[in-house]
Amino acid sequence: MIKSCKRNIKFINFAGYFAYINNLSNIVAYMNIESVRSLFPALSRKVYGKDLVYLDNAATSQRPQSVIDEWNRITTESNANIHRAVHCLSDEATQAYENSRDAVREFLNAESRQEIIFTSGTTASVNLVAFSFGETFISEGDEVIVTEAEHHSNIVPWQMMCNRKGASLKVLPVDDDGHLMLDKLDELITDRTKILAVTHISNVLGIINPVKEIISRCHDNGVPVLVDGAQGIVHCDVDVRDLDCDFYVFSGHKLYAATGTGVLYGNKKWLESMIPYMGGGEMVGTVSFTGTTYAPLPMKFEAGTQNFASAATFKPALNLVKLLNNNDLIKYNDKIRDFVLDVIQRDDRIRLFGVPRGTIQNKIPLFSFVVNGVHHEDLALILDKMGIAVRSGQMCAEPLMDRFGVTGMLRVSFAPYNTMEEAEYFIECLNRAINMLI
Amino acid sequence: MTLAEAENAVIDEFSMYEEWLDKYEYLIELGKSLKDYPESSKVDNNLIKGCQSRVWLDYEIKDGRIVFNADSDAIITKGIISLLIGIYSDRTPEEILSSDFSVVEKIGLKENLSPTRANGLVSMIARIKDIARQTVKVD
Repeated sequence: MIKSCKRNIKFINFAGYFAYINNLSNIVAYMNIESVRSLFPALSRKVYGKDLVYLDNAATSQRPQSVIDEWNRITTESNANIHRAVHCLSDEATQAYENSRDAVREFLNAESRQEIIFTSGTTASVNLVAFSFGETFISEGDEVIVTEAEHHSNIVPWQMMCNRKGASLKVLPVDDDGHLMLDKLDELITDRTKILAVTHISNVLGIINPVKEIISRCHDNGVPVLVDGAQGIVHCDVDVRDLDCDFYVFSGHKLYAATGTGVLYGNKKWLESMIPYMGGGEMVGTVSFTGTTYAPLPMKFEAGTQNFASAATFKPALNLVKLLNNNDLIKYNDKIRDFVLDVIQRDDRIRLFGVPRGTIQNKIPLFSFVVNGVHHEDLALILDKMGIAVRSGQMCAEPLMDRFGVTGMLRVSFAPYNTMEEAEYFIECLNRAINMLI
Repeated sequence: MTLAEAENAVIDEFSMYEEWLDKYEYLIELGKSLKDYPESSKVDNNLIKGCQSRVWLDYEIKDGRIVFNADSDAIITKGIISLLIGIYSDRTPEEILSSDFSVVEKIGLKENLSPTRANGLVSMIARIKDIARQTVKVD
């Protein structure tokens, strides 16, 4: 349903966020798009003398000043290794890092802070689970299910693990519109299925997958589920207890936090029994040459010095996410999505991948397409010189490119800070670029 | 026209366009003008690695001169290889190897391409040089 993917925070709560976001005083209850944009310094820059139109948000979002400030603050004032020393700086850095963990726990509605593991990104989170879950629970002849819509990061780690363990990888296909073919799910699950990994929203198709239903059907068969939330966390209201997922993984950098940050949410029942991924500092209980015991969660999975200055930026980033959940802004963003979708769908030169069905609300403002007779790279090069940043190529989803019989696509992905004027300018420039190339 | 003259002609031509979009338009025209690359020559051996789009470069020796032919599935890339062919095709291998290929820097092509595409350009030049070197050896 629509509601599960729109964070319905009321204005009354919204006012409360001013208390801990000091540079947002210029924002009034009526969300003005210009005031939102003013929070992101990169948005005011020019490229080739033209205003930057940043439409590559699915790759990484721009950073708000509050995130940049927090990173700077820790690095300038509280730079010390966390969890180790007793001195003041170490204590401050540890506090900032652990406060961020609490903020993530609250944001996901996880039961315990022990279930929140900081990683370097979605890819690292998937690799951690594929290794640790695989080494603990997967044996020769077992099976793992992924879907055809997955990013390479949610395919290759599973493939590596399957090769290591002599297990096999099975694939849930998508249909021509880019929707998962759920009617095939039951025949894929066998008594050898050990885990299913599925994306919440494909970075190519932009369709919100019915992960809650998938999880429930898998659990009926005793199969745990990992949800790749790299895009989902940005566009959906994620409640890991409501979803009942076993693992939910995402990156910070697509969600306004500093780059090099990621989260693995894992249900405690799995994390406790899984063997560690990496060994080293601060993940241990006691160490001797005859054997080592491991630290309790979450430290068991956080070996070595963590990226603490960046991880600490989850807190201001999540505050911003809450702020952006303003009804006026959501309506405005939806209008932009509807406009771009309508223009693209009506243009018979354009083939869109990831076509919404039933409700438009299961499509995020992300559009991957090809233009007949035109190479995606040419379009991206020309749009770039017009000031528009878009993505072109295989988008780390080669199996999906093969599925649709293309060598690559052009992708535009909008964020809440993009304007209707930018969308109109993009459409105008796309037209100009196509005319130049045909 | 000597090779140096051909290089200077391209530099002059390119400098006529101030806006990069106009330069692209010029490259697109160059790309469209490059024709008749046989489908049968679109083989892995002729494929240039390091390019995001696919580029095929083939050649034949005519009277001791190397005649290049190329194609690409992307038109701007095809324009770039067409521009290179315009300068370096129908030359002796010695002539080609005497060039420092600074023309691509002088017209700002290298710095105006993103690193992945600049890699493609570097690969195209490397292939042209390789072919010239091999031809010298054979002689």
